[in-house]
Formats: sequence, structure tokens, C-alpha cells
Amino acid sequence: MNQLVFATITMVLGVAGCAAYFLASNWILDAILPSKEGDGERAIRNLRLANTIRPWLFLAPALLALGVYLFFPVVSSLQLSFFGRSGEEFVGLSNYTWMLGDGEFHESMLNNMLWLVFVPAAATFFGLVIAAMTDRVWWGNIAKSLIFMPMAISFIGAAVIWKFIYDYREEGAEQIGLLNALVVFFGGEPQAWITVPFYNNFFLMIILVWIQTGFAMVILSAALRGIPEETIEAAVIDGANGLQIFFKIMVPQIWGTIAVVWTTITILVLKVFDIVLAMTNGQWNTQVLANLMFDWMFRGGGDFGRGATIAIVIMVLVIPIMVWNIRRANAEMEGR
Amino acid sequence: MAAAASAKSPLTWAVHAGVLFLVVIWTLPTFGLFVSSIRDKDQLAVSGWWTALTPSEQRKIGRSGAPDTQVEENGKYVLEGNVLEGESGEITKFGVRSQQPSAFDAGATAEMPRGEMMTVEANGDYRLVSDEPWTGSRGKRIFYTVTAPPRFTLENYANVLRANGLAQSFINSLTVTIPSTVIPILIAAFAAYALAWMKFPGRALLIAAVVGLLVVPLQMSLIPLLRLYNEAGLILGVPAKTYVGIWLAHTGFGLPLAIYLLRNYIAGLPREIMESAKVDGASDFDIFIKIVLPLSFPALASFAIFQFLWVWNDLLVAMVFLGNGDDQLVLTGRLRELLGSRGGNWEILTASAFISIIVPLIVFFALQRYLVRGLLAGSVKGG
Repeated sequence: MNQLVFATITMVLGVAGCAAYFLASNWILDAILPSKEGDGERAIRNLRLANTIRPWLFLAPALLALGVYLFFPVVSSLQLSFFGRSGEEFVGLSNYTWMLGDGEFHESMLNNMLWLVFVPAAATFFGLVIAAMTDRVWWGNIAKSLIFMPMAISFIGAAVIWKFIYDYREEGAEQIGLLNALVVFFGGEPQAWITVPFYNNFFLMIILVWIQTGFAMVILSAALRGIPEETIEAAVIDGANGLQIFFKIMVPQIWGTIAVVWTTITILVLKVFDIVLAMTNGQWNTQVLANLMFDWMFRGGGDFGRGATIAIVIMVLVIPIMVWNIRRANAEMEGR
Repeated sequence: MAAAASAKSPLTWAVHAGVLFLVVIWTLPTFGLFVSSIRDKDQLAVSGWWTALTPSEQRKIGRSGAPDTQVEENGKYVLEGNVLEGESGEITKFGVRSQQPSAFDAGATAEMPRGEMMTVEANGDYRLVSDEPWTGSRGKRIFYTVTAPPRFTLENYANVLRANGLAQSFINSLTVTIPSTVIPILIAAFAAYALAWMKFPGRALLIAAVVGLLVVPLQMSLIPLLRLYNEAGLILGVPAKTYVGIWLAHTGFGLPLAIYLLRNYIAGLPREIMESAKVDGASDFDIFIKIVLPLSFPALASFAIFQFLWVWNDLLVAMVFLGNGDDQLVLTGRLRELLGSRGGNWEILTASAFISIIVPLIVFFALQRYLVRGLLAGSVKGG
């Protein structure tokens, strides 16, 4: 309980500190460069100078935090990837050559590619289908709410939920895992699903699809509602059926949003870590980059050089989407 | 789409059925977890949660009363009692040796290895009869199969909260989450206002940088920050893993989204309000505090919910920047530890998992409106 008091006090202090900073810095600026009284020319010069400085006062805390927690680490990780395990001796490209020859890295890359193809595709597909279907039933909002719910559940919580579904008991014993119970019910043999190489990747991916479909659904549902009614009416008059309207009229009009959903989930997939850590910790050929990176960060006391090198790979994979996002944001601002 | 729905065709029913099917699939996993967490732990271990409402059959081992409780009746020595010891249920089978634990039907009389006789009734009453006095210090083993009625209980919760440290972890999670959610808001709001309504050189570049930082993988930050914290800890003479450290880390990681969401929202506020305030002689600072901040409440709420869910559900940052001790292990970390050490004890895992997801679920259902609005503001605009 003391901790909570401590946390609350820190929160109040933090907010008060921020407020005090903004208040004080603005007051000081006004005091140094008075613009309300005095002779006209000087007041105008002061005002102009103050207006040049003020934005940076507003931005300073944010820039400091972004610099320390995001910008500096990117530069530093890049640098560390050329250094040895403790980050002190320069080793040139040897981390990269090690990585290219490392079997576990190959496995992670391959699995990551699998994740990158399957998860965004499945989540976007289900999201789109569910969005289109729930718009047509009167209890659609309740349905959406329930399908959206896994979004609030932590990856590790979801891992427990699904590990329970995949639970395996020896043949003959009563299965308490839903999947094996179904398999046995239909006359199959129970399997320890997450230990079956290759297919186990999909059992892990389903967890992320389960979580992310709600996100895709919410955004695509809004996009579907934004489609001009006339285009659909015109198609109906021309005699198009429901499926044709959906695939030929509605989907093409929301390609932009589909791309946004797809890329957002792609970024998330690249960073997927908790699920793999909790379900298999990379055993049985399920390793992925983010978990491999975490592993090297602490393996045998920690190898910062190799860990940073793997982080760089994840970063490089993210860059195309980053560039695309920035261009999109710029285009949007110019349109304003 | 209204046109297709108005045509009352079998298709409409197919859509209803399809949505229902998908909803069931999507909620069943969580529902199963919840049902399991309130089941009796012995029943949970032997039967699926979907059978929770039907009686479950369990094989158990009990003991008769110790020999010093024996009674002499007509030259025979008798041990009597009830093997269920107050538990509810009905015995269907019993046995006298471990190889054949269900060799006899309830009510039958079985011969024991040394010629003694054992009778076990369906209600659990047993009667062991021997010609010789019973010896030894412990009672005889009784193998039985009991059909127990469904039993729901909160014992699992009481157990994990007390014995597995979930209560402490819950407090630790709150400790991490509250400041990490509130502190970034004010910092981001000021920056967002500057980026939306103040003119200065480099503004477009900064906005682009924020959009870029939005997707920088956390993995890039871990190692450099871990090194930084270790060094800072050495210099300042404090531990490297502290709550202050993780609050600041979450603040930094949350800022790009906060600035981006708030800037989009603040930039969309009507220009006339700002301009009329400027004409009246209000400074940027006054405008921000008195006009922009109150008007931005929906966007602030959206971000707060995002950040709350993200920090509460985070495992990676907590594993790197907090210790493994009881005083710092958050719920997600605890759950991960239990998965490793108590992997087969589903009564512990299900109850713990439910405790860890209940707070985000409440926040989610109570404030879904703001969450959806935030998601849309963050993604659809550029579509």
C-alpha cells in the first residue's frame, strides 16, 4: 500500500512539476521580453522574439523524453551492433556475419515471414467480414463489442487462455483442453499442439489474430459506413448481388483503410514477443526475432552486441512502413 | 448495404447465424478461462470446463480410521466411518488395492489381501471387519471412485491472492500504471498544441519525426536504455531497477502516440476560436490552458485509455526495467513466472490470468467509446 501512496504522490508531483515548468518558463519569458508596455517598436521586437522562443518552451519536455527514450537508443543500438558482448570492444561486422550464419536466426526470420503473411491477412480478412456482417444485424454493436474485447487482454493473459485450449492429456485420459476434446470427440488422436513443428507456429499466430481482429473490425466498420450510399444504390439498380456489391463496390473504396489496418498489424507482428515467450519460448521451431533478441540480451549474462544487431534487423523491416506513414501524414497535412 | 438487408431473404438469417457463430468463437476462450477459474480444483483437473454443470467422476484414495478406533463386535474387530469426510458426492466403485481401484461396486463386500472384509456404501460409509485385531498406526487405504456434483468456488482466487503473491503484484501493476498514464498527457498536450497551432521553423520536420517514432520497435530501445540505467544507477548510487525508471520509460515510449493523437485532434479545433482569443489579447499559454485543454478532453481520454491498457498489459518493459522481486513483479510478469513454475496447475493459472485481465476488461467496457474514437483518429484519417 505504501507503494501506491508513493505512486500517487509521484503522479501528482510529476503533473505539478510539468505544470510548474510550463507556467514558470512562460512567466520568465514574458518577464524578460515584455511586449505589453513600453515603446511600440521595442514591444513588437520583443513579441516577435518571444513568439520564436515559446514553441520550444512548449516542446522542450517532450523533445527531451523522445530524445532520451527513442532517438538516442536508435543511434546507440546501431553503434552497439558493431561492438562485442559488453559493448566495449569494436568488432566490425562480425555480429552481422555471425547472424547470417546462425541457424536460430534463419529460423526466426522464416517464422517472422510466416507471421507477417498470415496474421495481418487473417486479422484484416476476419475484421472486414465481421464489420460487413455486424452492420446488418440489429445487435451488431453488442457483437462488435464482444469481438473487440480480446484487444484489452494482455498477450500473456491471452497466452494462458489459449494454452488452456491447447492443453494436452495422454490418449485415453479425459481431455480438458477444448481443442483436443473436439479432436477426440470427432474420433481423432489428441496432440500436444504447440510442440508439433511448423504447425505450432499457426497455433501461436491464431492468438494474435484473435486479439487483432477486433481492431481491424472497428476501423474497417467505420470506413464501410463512410462509403457513399449512391455507389451501392447504383450497383443494386444494375442488378449486382450482395457479394458483388461487397467485393467490387465496397472493398475497392476502402483500400486506403485496409492498407492502414494491414500495416498497423504488420508493425505489431514484427514486435511480437510475449506470446512466443509464454507459449514456447522459441522451442520446437517457433523462435521469432523479438524473442531471439530478448534471449540474447540476457543469454549467458547478456550479449549486447548480438542483441542490438537483431534489433537493427527488426528496425530495418519496419522502415518501409515508417516511410510510407510519414509520406501519408505529410500528404494529409498539405491537403488541409 | 441497407438495400441488401431490407430484402428479407434467407441470407438475413445466414448473417445472423454467422455473426452469432463468430461471436461465440471469439468469446469462448475467455469464457472458458473464467468458468475454469471458479471450478473446484479437483474437478477442473479431470474434466473440461464445458462439463462444469454435470457431475464429475474422480478417483480418490482415502483411509479408514486408525486401528486405535476399532470396536470389538461378537469377536470380530470392526473399523467404521465415512470415507468422504463431509465432502459431497456419491461413490460408485471402490477397491482394496492400487492396481484395481474400481474392482467393486458400491455396496459390495470385498476381500482384502489378508482375508479381512471391506464394505463401502454409496454414501461413503465403510465397514472393515477382521478376525484379528487391527494393528499399525494408520488406517487402511480405501480406493474409490466418486461422482461429485458440480461445485463452484472462489477458493482458487483466495488461494492465488494469498499464496502466489497476486495481491502484491496487483498493487505493483497499479503502481507502475497510474503515473505512467498520467504524466505523459500534460507533456504531450503542450507539444501537440505547439505542433498544431504555433508557427516555427522545422515544424513539419518535427511532425514527420513523431510519425516516424510512432513505429520504432521497442526492441531498439531496450539495450541502450538498460546500459544507461545501469550507469546512471552507479553514478547516483541507486539501484538500476526502480519504479521511477519505468515511469519515465513508459512516458517516453507513450509520447509519440500521445503527441500524434492530440495534435490531430487539436489541429482540428476551429480556427476562429483561437483567432478571436488572440485578438482579445490572450497569449498562446492562456489559449492552451483555457481553451484547448478543456476542448481536448475526448482526445486526452482516448490516449489515457490506450496508455493504461498498454502499460497494464506490458510484459517486455517491466521485465527489462523492473526486478524479479516480490516488491516489483507486476501481474504480467507474475503470470509468466507461474506459467513456468505451475504450468500444470490450471486452477492457479486460470484464476491468476483472470485477476490480471479483469481491470483492463472493466476499463474496456466502461470506456469503449473513447477507445474506438482514439483508434479511428489514429488510423482512418489518412485512408
